[in-house]
Amino acid sequence: MQARKLKDRLFTAFCIGSTLLALIPLGSMLYTIFVKGFSVISIDFLTKLPAPAGEPGGGFGNAIQGSFIVVGIASLIGIPLGIAAGMYLAEFPGSRVSRVVSFTADVLTGVPSIITGIFAYLVVVLKFGGFSALAGGVALATMMIPFIVRTTEEAMKLVPRELREASLALGAPRWRTTLEVVLSTARFGIITGVLLTIARIAGETAPLLFTAFSNRFWFDGVMQPVATLPVMIYTYAISPFEDWHAQAWGGALVLVAMILALNIGVKLAAGRRW
Amino acid sequence: MRSRVSSLPFFRGISPDTLFQIFLGSIAVLSVLVLAALLLRELIVGAMPALSAYGVEFLFSAEWNPVLSEFGALPFIYGTIVSSLLALLIGVPLSLGIAVFLTEIAPAKVRAVLSPVIELLAAIPSVIIGLWGIFVLAPFVREHIAPLLMEHLGFLPLFRGPAYGYSVLTAGIVLAIMITPIISSVSREALLAVPRLQKEGALALGATRFEAVTGVVLPYARGAIFGAVMLGLGRAIGETMAVTMVIGNSPQLFTSLLHPGYTMAAVIANEFTEATDDIYLAALIEIGLVLFAISMVVNIIARAITWRYLRVQGGS
Repeated sequence: MQARKLKDRLFTAFCIGSTLLALIPLGSMLYTIFVKGFSVISIDFLTKLPAPAGEPGGGFGNAIQGSFIVVGIASLIGIPLGIAAGMYLAEFPGSRVSRVVSFTADVLTGVPSIITGIFAYLVVVLKFGGFSALAGGVALATMMIPFIVRTTEEAMKLVPRELREASLALGAPRWRTTLEVVLSTARFGIITGVLLTIARIAGETAPLLFTAFSNRFWFDGVMQPVATLPVMIYTYAISPFEDWHAQAWGGALVLVAMILALNIGVKLAAGRRW
Repeated sequence: MRSRVSSLPFFRGISPDTLFQIFLGSIAVLSVLVLAALLLRELIVGAMPALSAYGVEFLFSAEWNPVLSEFGALPFIYGTIVSSLLALLIGVPLSLGIAVFLTEIAPAKVRAVLSPVIELLAAIPSVIIGLWGIFVLAPFVREHIAPLLMEHLGFLPLFRGPAYGYSVLTAGIVLAIMITPIISSVSREALLAVPRLQKEGALALGATRFEAVTGVVLPYARGAIFGAVMLGLGRAIGETMAVTMVIGNSPQLFTSLLHPGYTMAAVIANEFTEATDDIYLAALIEIGLVLFAISMVVNIIARAITWRYLRVQGGS
């Protein structure tokens, strides 16, 4: 009897312990990022170009700008395609095509991000003769599409059948029902999915290493290499210079703040009203 | 749509609804199926020079010397497998503990606060976990964890010194941290899907919580939990930045977890832009192809299982 109780206690302790243990790295990460990041962040850091190695000062301005541009390009490609494909899966389910596409999209969400980098390198960088913001955008769009397809599909499938039937019974054709009734009912869910996907790809480094590459200067056209926050953080983190390490933490704070704000904001909004 | 598209001669006689379906359907096929096929095709074509030059030998050779054009992927495949399994070894018990805590033990309020917090970990970019790995975890492993392991388990080759901060062990810990949110959240769904009556029956018969969970709940959810573990494994295999930053990047068939290693994803990240000649680039792309194949197999198994047991939402 006592042994059974003891086992039960130990088990409960193990479960609580695991949860606490998992919180330690998260706490340590956030703490270090905030403490080390805040000490380097300034207006200059957010708006200036990086200083040449060995010179003090300089900032991540071009990387912040570049991240917005590359994620923007990816969104322009990925969002419309992803939503249209997801719409098809939700509105025409049951067909063999739908099931195969849906499953493939699900599996594609597991493609290692570095692979989408190789893909964009082969289809954009090699064909257009150099690293470019466009190539980075294509790499990120490749990652983005399967996520948006699946979240759009799930969001639209949540729309009650009766709503569709009511619209069809009123004589609206299928396409109007989908675009005006289903899409607008599901729009908050779709937007949530899109924003969370953007938050996910904005921090991706591996697909950009040999597509968008990097740049010490401001954005100079979509066919030119461009600096991005994640790649710049990586470069600075593995550099041999102390002050670059410090700046890497500053970049990390900017990136984490943006991603967490997007994540938490979306989830709070979703919890409250969507 | 009716007035414009259907009045074009080419589309006359096709109803707008059919056009709509064909339009959406082609986008779905193009942006998912064609994309997947293109991805595979490009990798195969890109790897072709290495495939034909080295054949199967590529997978089993441990020589990686770009200067002499000797390319063997074994150290990377080995490093990927060992670091991923190590991640599972650490991450799976932890994740199950969390899942049980959040479904069976924690009061509703604690659960409402903790589950989004743990999922927050999944939102932190890999490069930032790598940054933390370099400056916080690696020194901690070198100064505290490794000496402890060497002292107590040093007789095993697995824990032989000298201890490096940048090591397979550090990479395994980083990966465990990264896969814990997904394994625990999918397992939690699996536990929630167990009918309450099953557990209540066990409790009514006088079982302790431990007995009810290990005897009834976990066996019932075992299939879906296996799917969750496979999802985590898939993520660990493909993880690039955080591992690249802490594993030490040394292509050797290590025997001690305290020594540096290398993974498939890491060698691509490090050497792709340096690959000046064609065969070097092709060798790296072939490593990419192998990585793609392995992670797709793992993912297909994971998805097939989770689709069967639970409808897991995309992206989770």
